Amino acid sequence: MSEITLDKITKRFPDGTEAVKQLDLDIEDGEFLILVGPSGCGKSTALRMIAGLEDISDGELRIGEDVVNGKAPKDRDIAMVFQNYALYPHMTVRENMAFPLKMAKVDQETIDHQVEEAAKILDLTEHLDRKPSNLSGGQRQRVAMGRAIVREPKAFLMDEPLSNLDAKLRVQMRAEVSRIQNRLETTTVYVTHDQTEAMTLGDRVAVMRKGELQQVGSPQELYERPVNLFVAGFIGSPSMNFMPVELSGRTAKLPFCEVEITEAMAQGLESHSAGSLMVGVRPEHFEDAKLVGDQPGPTFEVEVSILESMGSELYIYFDMDAEVRAEQLDELAADVGSESTAEEGQVVARLDATSEARRGERLELWMDPEKLHFFDLDSGERIAPAGEG
Amino acid sequence: METRSPQERIIWLLGLIVVIFYALFPVLWIISLSLKTPATVTVKPDEGFWGTLVPSDATFKNYEALFKDGLDGPFLKPLINSIGIALIATLIAIVLASFAAYAIARLEFPGKTLVLGGALAIAMFPPISTVGPLFDMWRSLGLYDTWPGLIIPYLSFSLPLAIYTLVAFFREIPWDLEQAAQVDGATPFQAFRKVIVPLATPGMFTAAILVFIFAWNDFLFAISLTSSDASRTVPAALAFFTGDSQFTQPFANIAAAAVIVTIPIIVFVLIFQRRIVAGLTSGAVKG
Ligand SMILES: Nc1ncnc2c1ncn2[C@@H]1O[C@H](COP(=O)(O)OP(=O)(O)O)[C@@H](O)[C@H]1O
Ligand SMILES: [Mg+2]
Repeated sequence: MSEITLDKITKRFPDGTEAVKQLDLDIEDGEFLILVGPSGCGKSTALRMIAGLEDISDGELRIGEDVVNGKAPKDRDIAMVFQNYALYPHMTVRENMAFPLKMAKVDQETIDHQVEEAAKILDLTEHLDRKPSNLSGGQRQRVAMGRAIVREPKAFLMDEPLSNLDAKLRVQMRAEVSRIQNRLETTTVYVTHDQTEAMTLGDRVAVMRKGELQQVGSPQELYERPVNLFVAGFIGSPSMNFMPVELSGRTAKLPFCEVEITEAMAQGLESHSAGSLMVGVRPEHFEDAKLVGDQPGPTFEVEVSILESMGSELYIYFDMDAEVRAEQLDELAADVGSESTAEEGQVVARLDATSEARRGERLELWMDPEKLHFFDLDSGERIAPAGEG
Repeated sequence: METRSPQERIIWLLGLIVVIFYALFPVLWIISLSLKTPATVTVKPDEGFWGTLVPSDATFKNYEALFKDGLDGPFLKPLINSIGIALIATLIAIVLASFAAYAIARLEFPGKTLVLGGALAIAMFPPISTVGPLFDMWRSLGLYDTWPGLIIPYLSFSLPLAIYTLVAFFREIPWDLEQAAQVDGATPFQAFRKVIVPLATPGMFTAAILVFIFAWNDFLFAISLTSSDASRTVPAALAFFTGDSQFTQPFANIAAAAVIVTIPIIVFVLIFQRRIVAGLTSGAVKG
């Protein structure tokens, strides 16, 4: 077990692609860190540099006290779970799991013991003598995990380990991964492009975009205080709604309503030089006006153009007669867009299941005035309310 | 699989029989010939086709004659030469080709295309054009009429084929497996030996069969670069068989020898065919 420090790590491929740019990360001993971002943003490259499978072009990588830039993978004492599992097809499950121990010249008795132990944790005992080709996807995934946990490496590296599983198994294995990490308390770096996985698994989440680190923080921090449009749009599902805004005094004029902003927000905005602004509201910060009682906040009427019922909640979509353009958002649209039914110019709201919203009918909506996020349109940076920690 | 109608099956079956008969007929003829006595070897038209094919006086005398004088006989020493030379050439070719193919499939290095192109050029070179220069060179180098004198040209002409075959196999093996092995604590060479080689064995056996058959069947180099039983292989030795008198051709003996040299090839192919299991890598990665 060990801490891992990435100090201005850069990866330049021979063809000139800069896949990772000046990445700074401190991963604490025993921490479960999630590296998340849209595909192609350099997550795998970063992970592979930690593993030693990719040379580091610039910067310094430390595991524990040692600088390991020049060390071969085998001398770094880390274990990696590959996206496609990379099980050795000619070996049985037992031999697969024993392989790292054999390479470390551990005596046979210890190997047997460790493998049995790991198999027990992963519920693989009865499959130990089978070949990977005879296992289901979930079992193969567990063997890959088993191969990582048989020895006690300084760190686990996992590259989208669950992405090849079907949805149900993925949720199940997610819990399993979390349980195992808790139990072993081994420093873990977990790469995923799935923000749900990121939010539910890790102690801390690092968001990357185009090879650059955007923000590192607890899931809660990322959700409540995203540093920019990209993080705000990436974290949370369905994504945050973005819309243009005009400010006059303490009144913010949104496409569908006017809202009185908080004192702290007003102060925050004041110290920000007047550029064009954009505002973001998460779907869960709307509600059917009938259900909120007399909580403060603007109410307004919209026409429900799409309604999706999830049983426990309702999603409604309404048009807002306005468009927002920002480079960071276009990128998100390419990646996250597929998960959401919302088209450009549409707003998503999440309502309680008891709401009586009907498709095509008008509905009185309420919005939480304290949950508005303001962004600078040009830089994409979020403008924090005064006094935010 | 789609099911076929009975008529279709019959047509397929007939086609198959024709092809098999066409391919195996010369073999049958040779076997028949090898079992005949000198008196019945020459065709007697009055006995008809089947009468000619099935010997009326089958005998193993021809086979006995081949081995009668042991190492001094006409056949045993060449047979040993053939086996030894073909096996050694195969072994060396597979080891060298594995390393070369691995490098070509896995690594980026300057001149890679040159190596591949060069290999292909050698394979396309007509062997006959090298025989003259080789003869002179081997005589001055003392390689004439020795085992290495044959093994070396066999290597140069079979390596390209072996390399090409193996490159195709190595390319199929997921990179990740090797990297997984390295993360698991293996040196690059250990990863090659413990993960890549076992997975590439079907390819190695395929290549081995090709090289072996090439070396085993070669007549050109064998007849040109040898002069005695010290290194003469079976195909060349057959040409030196003598009959009972200088006027009778030893057809039956040659036929018997031909049957014997075919056996190792069949055995070789049968053994390794079982090792060439397609889809050995299945289950390595997500299926
Ligand atoms: N060997 C390589 N040569 C050149 N570019 C590469 C290479 N490997 C990856 N890249 C590029 O680096 C970027 C990051 O890749 P990767 O780390 O695999 O992304 P992610 O894992 O986040 O999806 C991509 O744009 C990809 O095209
Ligand atoms: Mg990746």
